[in-house]
Amino acid sequence: MSATAATNQPVTPAPSRKRHLTERARAERRLGWSLVAPAGIVMIAVSIYPIVYAFVLSLQRADLRFPAANKFIGLDNYKTVLTSPLWWQDVWHTVVLTVIPVSLELVIGMALALIMHRVIFGRGPVRAIALIPYGIVTVVAAYSWRYAWEADSGWIPHLLGLKSDPLTSTFRSYLAIIVSEVWKTTPFMALLLLGGLALVPDELHEAAKVDGATAWQRFWRITIPLMKPAILVALLFRTLDAFRIFDTVYIFNQGAHGTETVSILAYNQLLNRLNLGLGSAVSVLIFLMVALIAFLFIKGFGAAAAPGGGER
Amino acid sequence: MRKLVALSAAALAALVTGCGGSSGGAATLNWYIFPEPSGSFAAAAKQCSAASGGRYNIVLNQLPSDSDSQRTQLVRRLAAKDSGIDIIGMDVNWTSEFAEAGWIKPWTGANKAAVTRGVLAGPIATATWKNTLYGAPLNSNTQLLWYRKDLVPTPPATWAQMIQEATALAKQGKPHLIEVQGRQYEGLTVWFNSLVESAGGRILSGPSTVAIGPAAALAAAVMHNVANSPGADPGLSNAQEDQGRLGFEKGDAAFEVNYPFVYPSALADTPKLAKVMGWANYPAVVAGRPARVTIGGENLAVSSFSQHPAAAFAAITCLVNAQHQTVDAVKGGLPPTLSALFDSPALAKAYPFHALIKQALQNPAIRPQTPAYSDISLAIQKGLSPPNAIDPSTIVKTLRSQIKAALSSGALL
Repeated sequence: MSATAATNQPVTPAPSRKRHLTERARAERRLGWSLVAPAGIVMIAVSIYPIVYAFVLSLQRADLRFPAANKFIGLDNYKTVLTSPLWWQDVWHTVVLTVIPVSLELVIGMALALIMHRVIFGRGPVRAIALIPYGIVTVVAAYSWRYAWEADSGWIPHLLGLKSDPLTSTFRSYLAIIVSEVWKTTPFMALLLLGGLALVPDELHEAAKVDGATAWQRFWRITIPLMKPAILVALLFRTLDAFRIFDTVYIFNQGAHGTETVSILAYNQLLNRLNLGLGSAVSVLIFLMVALIAFLFIKGFGAAAAPGGGER
Repeated sequence: MRKLVALSAAALAALVTGCGGSSGGAATLNWYIFPEPSGSFAAAAKQCSAASGGRYNIVLNQLPSDSDSQRTQLVRRLAAKDSGIDIIGMDVNWTSEFAEAGWIKPWTGANKAAVTRGVLAGPIATATWKNTLYGAPLNSNTQLLWYRKDLVPTPPATWAQMIQEATALAKQGKPHLIEVQGRQYEGLTVWFNSLVESAGGRILSGPSTVAIGPAAALAAAVMHNVANSPGADPGLSNAQEDQGRLGFEKGDAAFEVNYPFVYPSALADTPKLAKVMGWANYPAVVAGRPARVTIGGENLAVSSFSQHPAAAFAAITCLVNAQHQTVDAVKGGLPPTLSALFDSPALAKAYPFHALIKQALQNPAIRPQTPAYSDISLAIQKGLSPPNAIDPSTIVKTLRSQIKAALSSGALL
């Protein structure tokens, strides 16, 4: 505004006034930059630099053990990964280990959230207790579940009267992994949904009750539509998280019995084989898939939520 | 628990003397090796530092407990040219990878002579890459067949016999399981390598030549047969060394293929069972052809990025000497690499089976020597896991192409 005014001024006084203003603006800008700089530098150092570096590595034949053979090979690593049946198998395993646990968590988490919402007595302690599994370090939780499933010493095979080790078959390995994932992260889901429940005004429920709506109708017609943003956020967080599943599978059986996920594949290439080129290509592909999931969620659900809610 | 306290105390003492000494002009040598529970490494580090007359102080640093994580940590730091590592405790199968990458220094002249004099041929071969010695053998290891003398009067000589006897015991309702390492991890490669070499074959015939053939088919058939016999432990495809030890100690097993640490463990945990615990040579694959068993153990190497290489060579020469190897063996249960020690009275008492171990170590099976070893091992583990699903008619072809892909380092594994 003032800049336009300044240009409209006659020639002579303009420079002094302009310089005065820009100097101040410049100083403010400089202050702004210097205030932002530490955060910016940290962001570049810990996030942008590694991402760019991983991408650069993914275009090279880069193996820590054969430093002499390193060279630029363009998109060859991507070609190797995308034409490998192993990659697609692992993508499929990962999708199964994402969709099933997240769906179960949504249903159980919603039930848990409704219960926590209704609790009148000791709300704080109830919520704290429900959150305990989420507070346990994933590796520790995975170990305790692995021991629980073990044939010799575990309580689950003992309880079910199983003679064989549940972690030695594909189906039961998946079952075990899904159970432990659901157990661990349902509280997180429940907490996010609880936040959404608080947004639903009681008056609406009361009005609906007066109109003769059943509890079931009120849940589907009032609670769910109003909670859509919270559900979207909860689902998005958990899907992104679940897609990168590593610890539980690694501890249970290192990806044997057809449970290998894309993260374990990346780990094997990067940290076991030290093949930084291939491993980075896998990592970049995982990054792209995660970005795609986020995009689809926000585009798909976000757009569907707003007009749908409005029309009804 | 007491052991742990003693170890921490010893490690702390080493650390304190290490720090004190460095200010006095002695070189501080950081020794990285697997966590040794008996404290014999810590004691050796302390004694060698004292004996150096102020030339160096060895600080013992512990790596993670499993071999894959140990390697991962070392490799990451060495690739970054970390000068904070002087002496490296290497698994026998890392030599070619570390040497080829230029991370460890070769042993020559008097140093080489000092650490190879009187050492068994097997351990020296594991520390050698392209005719150059890269490590000083510290200890060795090999698997034996452990069996229940009360159930099996004479130990089976072959895998086929063992499966037969397990089947017969199962019919009589007696303990009959065969404990082996079937999980998808390094132990599965060890099992396969022992079987292939026992059948007269090899996995690689050169650093990059795949030699998998009829012997590998026999080996894979043995694994398949064990895993599908009544002797198969229900947890076989998830079993590591320790699950085998526990399975045997629980009394469900008649046979166990494992390292000698299971014997002192049985003596401590189940003395009654230890009385009927027999030992024998590793079972053969082909009748009449003695088995060749995969050699394990640890070699000590000097890091290329060490700032005190001369002191590190001298320190290793002390750490691997007969006195310290004896303590490692008797206290820590780590079989020595010096031939003469096997006949010493101290060892004979702690290792009633010392003659069998020495015999196995004289003509061992060495895991494929190639810088891409971990790739190959990964390919083998994935191809053979779970053992009960091995298809003996196609496995050789699968493994061959998988190992070739691993060697090229241009395929996803």
